[in-house]
Amino acid sequence: MTALLEVRDLVKTFGMGEAATRVLHGLTLTMEAGELAALLGPSGSGKSTLLTILGTLMHPTSGSHTMLGLDLTTASDSALTEFRNLHIGFVFQFHNLLPDFTALENVCFPTAVREGRETTAARTRGQELLVRMGLADRVHFPTANLSGGQKQRVAVARALMNRPELVLADEPTGNLDRASASQVMDLIAEINHDEGTTFLISTHDEKIAALCRRQIVVGDGIVTG
Amino acid sequence: MLYALKIATRYLTASKAQTALLVFGVAIGVFIFIFMSALIGGLAEFIMMRTAGDMAHITIQAEAVDPALLQPNTGRTVLLVQEPTTQTTAILKDTAAFLPLIEALPGVTGTSQQINGSGFLTRGVQVTQVSINGLEPGHESVIVNLASYITEGTANLGAGGVLVGKTLAEDMDLSLGQTVRLQSAQAIDAALTITGIYEIGSGGPDRRQAYVSLATARTLFALPQGVTRIEIKLADLYTADALAPRIMALTGLDAKSWTEQAAQLLEALQAQAQTGFILKAFALLTIIIGVASALLLSTYRRRPEIGIMRAMGAGRWFVMVVFVSQGALIGLMGGLFGAAAGYGVLLAFPSRVSFGPGQSGLPIDIRQGAYGLAIWLTTLGAILASILPARAAARLDPVTAIGQ
Repeated sequence: MTALLEVRDLVKTFGMGEAATRVLHGLTLTMEAGELAALLGPSGSGKSTLLTILGTLMHPTSGSHTMLGLDLTTASDSALTEFRNLHIGFVFQFHNLLPDFTALENVCFPTAVREGRETTAARTRGQELLVRMGLADRVHFPTANLSGGQKQRVAVARALMNRPELVLADEPTGNLDRASASQVMDLIAEINHDEGTTFLISTHDEKIAALCRRQIVVGDGIVTG
Repeated sequence: MLYALKIATRYLTASKAQTALLVFGVAIGVFIFIFMSALIGGLAEFIMMRTAGDMAHITIQAEAVDPALLQPNTGRTVLLVQEPTTQTTAILKDTAAFLPLIEALPGVTGTSQQINGSGFLTRGVQVTQVSINGLEPGHESVIVNLASYITEGTANLGAGGVLVGKTLAEDMDLSLGQTVRLQSAQAIDAALTITGIYEIGSGGPDRRQAYVSLATARTLFALPQGVTRIEIKLADLYTADALAPRIMALTGLDAKSWTEQAAQLLEALQAQAQTGFILKAFALLTIIIGVASALLLSTYRRRPEIGIMRAMGAGRWFVMVVFVSQGALIGLMGGLFGAAAGYGVLLAFPSRVSFGPGQSGLPIDIRQGAYGLAIWLTTLGAILASILPARAAARLDPVTAIGQ
């Protein structure tokens, strides 16, 4: 395994002056390519902030952030946007699909936004992913007509669309029933195994964490275990 | 761009009622714009037709020659004696030489040679001072469309005939076929038969004007040759200012554009045009404010989606194009519907025939609806209106937006 990403002495402070709140206190973390890791810790420990920084949606206050050998710490917004599109996938707790689009259109979005249109190749790839997620009969369904579990599987397919090296999942099963949660986790494990995609899954669920090969525990803004 | 346009279209079709309402609002604004253009433009043309339309657009008047100054030798007295003369008016000679040149100029639709002067119309003991216009037979309606104003008789001026205004006829109790005496200021008179009575609708011409043939006027004013005035009609009266100097250069005669004598009319028309411009600008402003506020609301409503798009790798520029495209589509659709509605409503109004004398109805000119301009300006206005909300959308922090 080779190092996929590394954050060192990561500090993140929100607000200024007396209202300033420090969430990350010099967090250091390295992840290798192909890992399936769970991010554990109590609410307010800094898990979501860490995921947001790793997802290049936010700059750290200080510290360094590198991924694929690139220093992302002070990269411009447009550079981070392009990097995010190509190398990082997101799965949110509440699926966060575009409500006025079909399952396939949602899955194709990351590619279409880069290429400026929905190419045939992108649609084929999107369909393959949806079939793999067990949604072959829901490809052209508006997302509003899908169940919670189905929506989350569409979100996983969307995260994988551009074949990213890293998928960040923030409580991906937190809003699902046990059966749906198990289905989603099985898919994640399968893709990690088959394609070597690195997953970092933030969760409070120890059963979900147990399915991952590595557990990263965050407490008070640092990695504690 | 294509994909951003697809998303913009999807957003618009996803909220059909809201989009329809927005397009309807824009269409109303465009309708007002078009209606005002047709009304203001039609009104201007109506006024021009009813005023300058019956005027000579270029006039050539013979210039009176100043008498030569006789310098007396030093110490001598010079006694000047003015010989009696029947000619009191300057005349234009050799019209046959330069008239064809003028008539050949592009934009000239007609010329009228005239002999004008003052005189008295007498019937029995009634005497009224009149302005006498001698016109060439066959050219009676070249400048003032006399034929269209005739209420009795004919506009054709034969030898021994005279046309008088309706008010003058009523004042002197004149009727068609009666004989009257017309005496010029040179004290030459002629017995003439009333062959036509006209009503222009203007006090001066209807009360104090008498039209006779050019031959009769020659007799009355003792002008065996030449004319006192040449009037020229143009296809486009606004070209008079450019054409008058050309005629001067061509003939060496003093040609005056109608605008020199109608400055007040031009000012009034300009003021009217400015009023129309302001009204149309307000209509456009309403469209811009409407589109901007609607898109601001849309931006606010779609904040989480904007956050998701940004997280998935959509740049700020892409988000801006999505919202600006929505504005452009709303403007274009509203413009097209408004223009179609405007054209449809304007069709119900009387055509430009109603601009003619004796016709009634609103002077609306359907051809002056400025349909293309309205659609273009509305689309442009809607694009401008969408820039502010689009910028706000593009600057959204994706983390905050997704969390909402």
